[in-house]
Amino acid sequence: MPGFLFTAVMGLLATWVDRKVTARLQYRVGPPWFQPFADVAKLLGKETMVPEGASRLVFLGAPLLGLAAVTFVGTMLWTLNVDRSASFVGDLIVLIYLLTLPSLAVIIGASASRNPLAALGASREMKLILAYELSFILAVFTVVLKTGTLLIGGIVNYQAVHGLTITSLSGAIAFLVALLVIQAKLGAVPFDIPEAEQELAGGAFIEYSGPALAVFRLTRAMLYFILPSLLVTLFLGGIDVWFIVKYIAVLTLVILIKNTNPRLRIDQAIRFFWGPVTVVAMIGFALALAGW
Amino acid sequence: MLKKIFNWGLKKSLFVYHAGASACNNCDIEIIDLLAPRHDVERFGIVLVCSPRHADVLLVTGVANRQTAPRLKRLYEEVPKPKLVIAIGSCACSAHMFRDSYNYNQPIDQVIPVDVYLPGCPPKPEAMINAVLKALEKVR
Repeated sequence: MPGFLFTAVMGLLATWVDRKVTARLQYRVGPPWFQPFADVAKLLGKETMVPEGASRLVFLGAPLLGLAAVTFVGTMLWTLNVDRSASFVGDLIVLIYLLTLPSLAVIIGASASRNPLAALGASREMKLILAYELSFILAVFTVVLKTGTLLIGGIVNYQAVHGLTITSLSGAIAFLVALLVIQAKLGAVPFDIPEAEQELAGGAFIEYSGPALAVFRLTRAMLYFILPSLLVTLFLGGIDVWFIVKYIAVLTLVILIKNTNPRLRIDQAIRFFWGPVTVVAMIGFALALAGW
Repeated sequence: MLKKIFNWGLKKSLFVYHAGASACNNCDIEIIDLLAPRHDVERFGIVLVCSPRHADVLLVTGVANRQTAPRLKRLYEEVPKPKLVIAIGSCACSAHMFRDSYNYNQPIDQVIPVDVYLPGCPPKPEAMINAVLKALEKVR
């Protein structure tokens, strides 16, 4: 519960930073700091509508699945960073698995909603997962190879002794790849293909209203906090006094990429991830093998 | 208490859905003006959404003719409660110069309940912000 509250509040603040910076980049004033909280409070109080013929259980259960997964990831990441000896074998692999669950929740919910645009959004989300997951795992395993441990606590400890992962050549390459992947995982602009507002009218979320939509927005907001923290853990030396500076730096990079790029088509996104990004990730992996 | 928090949220964050019932595009362009940097209604938490399921406010522009009236009614039913409707422009308020037209059927407020009428051809963006404030007085 404290884990959930902490990640939720930090995540909502992160989405506010995102909206404010976006607004400033477009020469607008932007929303006040409590805006994401007001959005969620309002949506929680609205009517829930289930489309005719949709499966009630699956349609309303899917958002909760995503929220549960994200809460678990957030709690795990912070607990293991603060108390490094609590790491268990393969906790990094558990994290990688759990981080696909929010996307799966979107697919399940969209498919249950019985809307053709949502179905299209779900199919795009599925293709996007297939596209980025390989490069993500390559990038994460470059770090594993570099530090020689599968434990999150071990990776943080290694960086405390030997310097940050990002300062090595392979680490820098892996960081670049991971940055592009979290852009896709966040559904931020060059890769917001599943919910493209202009063509799919919200895509996967089109039939969601009220509390269910609030849960989806909360999940997305928490990802805005967790994924940059994961990058900080893997590449920038974990959670310490300088955490907030490092976190803001990664978040700013994400927002800048988001605001300076147009949306790709789904085939372009797949070609991008399976082509250049995977090749670069493999080069990073090979460099890590060679000890760079 | 919960009701209070919810009302605060509703006042601070309005999701707007733009229902164009065969308008001449003049009001529509003024609505887009609101979201552009000069007026920037995101300051007040007003955001244009793309699905009626996400919306709190329905902005209706244009005359509801025989084709659009049933669709407007369906759109209204798709918006989750509590919902507000603002009729923007003289056409939406009173059918304006199209009231003798062959395909004019009935005024919009006989199709769906309208909360705020905003005449003008087209109304100024400032007037639209004022209309939203008037609509918010109905919340509580």
